[in-house]
Amino acid sequence: MTTPSNAAPMPADHSQAVSPTRLLSCSIRRELWEHRSLYIAPLAVGAVFLIGFLFYLFRLPSHMRAIQALDPMHQRAAIDQPYMIAAGLLMVTAMAVGAFYSMDALHGERRDRSILFWKSMPVSDLTTVLSKAVIPVFVLQLIAFAVAVAVMGIMFFLSSAVLLAAGSSIAPFWSPLPIARMSLLLLYHLVVVHGLWHAPFYGWMLMVSSWARRAPFLWVVLPPLAIGIVEKLVFNTSHFTDMLLYHLGGSSDPGPKSGGLMDMLGHFHPGMLLSESGLWTGLAATAVFLAVATRLRRGREPI
Amino acid sequence: MTCIEARGLRKAFGTTIALDGIDLRVEQGRILGLIGPNGAGKSTVLNAILGLIPYQGELKVLGRDPWTERDQLMCDVCFMADVAVLPRWIRISQVLDYVTGVHPRFDRAKAEGFLAKTTIRHASTVRELSKGMVTQLHLALVMAIDARLLVLDEPTLGLDILYRKQFYDSLLNDYFDRSRTIVVTTHQVEEVQHVLTDLMFIDRGRIVFGCSMEEFESRYAEVTVNPDRVTAARALKPIHERPALGRSILLFDLMTLDKVDRQHLGAFGDVHTPGIADLFVAILGNTAGPSKGVRR
Repeated sequence: MTTPSNAAPMPADHSQAVSPTRLLSCSIRRELWEHRSLYIAPLAVGAVFLIGFLFYLFRLPSHMRAIQALDPMHQRAAIDQPYMIAAGLLMVTAMAVGAFYSMDALHGERRDRSILFWKSMPVSDLTTVLSKAVIPVFVLQLIAFAVAVAVMGIMFFLSSAVLLAAGSSIAPFWSPLPIARMSLLLLYHLVVVHGLWHAPFYGWMLMVSSWARRAPFLWVVLPPLAIGIVEKLVFNTSHFTDMLLYHLGGSSDPGPKSGGLMDMLGHFHPGMLLSESGLWTGLAATAVFLAVATRLRRGREPI
Repeated sequence: MTCIEARGLRKAFGTTIALDGIDLRVEQGRILGLIGPNGAGKSTVLNAILGLIPYQGELKVLGRDPWTERDQLMCDVCFMADVAVLPRWIRISQVLDYVTGVHPRFDRAKAEGFLAKTTIRHASTVRELSKGMVTQLHLALVMAIDARLLVLDEPTLGLDILYRKQFYDSLLNDYFDRSRTIVVTTHQVEEVQHVLTDLMFIDRGRIVFGCSMEEFESRYAEVTVNPDRVTAARALKPIHERPALGRSILLFDLMTLDKVDRQHLGAFGDVHTPGIADLFVAILGNTAGPSKGVRR
């Protein structure tokens, strides 16, 4: 029980205030409790893919013999193909989960009135909005990475076991798969392209979800679509659509899309995607979207 | 010290005026009941106090501006809304973890102590609890927070009589002390009559009546009068009259009576303290009809 105090905002008690990082981490944890699809969906997709991969394993020994007849370039491409598919599938899953999450994040709490409970806690609107932005931009990408590495590890282990059991050598199979570098590249790709390059899309969705009274999905999709169509009709250009696609692609440079993972590894250097100005304008746009979302949430009531 | 101070508080939603110049002063250690018909502006006042909506005019809660300092203010203010606002997906253990994590004045052991007296299990989600249990849970959280102001907006709406009784009993016995302040709105005025220290009627965005409960008890009297004496009693100008089982109940404002008339009241019949609801009807009775139309 407190004793009656005469000091107006009680400075003494605020020295034990909760640190901003703890507020943020508690808020992020809260998001993971509420949106379990953030990790269940990648796990489910990974599991389903592994089941499909079991069928591929039956054919693996004969497949490996056929591959060895190919030239080294095609050999590598053929070997890493299932791994690329696994990674790609998890990336697409993460994008879909991130989009649905972002469109619901600031809308759902108003729909179920729980915003009144969250607002009765000493957590600022900025902290809340940031915690909801960190989820698709970082947390989800790290989850996708963890699941992808686990799935690839299991694939690699099973393949090796099958090849050994069939009496074939695993050396030609192991050598073109630099697991550690592949994992690092995947992590970099997920965080930089799927996280930072796509951040303005998530920012836009979060802003719409804090603004729209209903159907946030339509408000997310229709205005950009309308701008693109109007631009095409009036000016017969498509700069806006090109810009969106450019951001979705993660880079203006088409890059070595065809040559497979190994060629990407050859081309790869960490500054590649960070040095482009498009990334930074995108992040600036994200900041604006999040600032507006914070502002909107401040006065928002349940719907 | 002053807990809430408002001067000329105004709020309009489009063309509808929800608050039309509210002046309010609530001292620390009081339990204020804010009573009014639907759409009178009660919830709007509370939302302004909690920093949930912008407003015009001056408002200070615990020395802070609620609209710009909501997050700091919420270290010292607790809030329970008209319907359960706890998210339905959350587990009891999770909500305890969360509040422990973000609230500097939350005493988890205390909350668990309150919960131990109920049938709520930590592994349950809010979805699995009955409405009464959700209120018990929210009350356990709120009572474990060492706050200075507690705002209750229809906290017992939809609860059965046992839960309602228990709610106010816990609040008074386990929570309230003179260092805390409580503001409550409710339609179940009979149940809070013995709880309140102050009373305020609000109608169409204005405060139409306010006094302490001591003042209320000493100022107003109800007399149950037999039909043969009604005419004589009416001569003393009661502020309200209602029939009851063939007799009439007359409500008097003793301030308007002189000393002699006050002593005469007993001669007309039983004199007792009126219920808040009766005074409410007396004060708002003539005007309550049209106000139903004023909704935001």
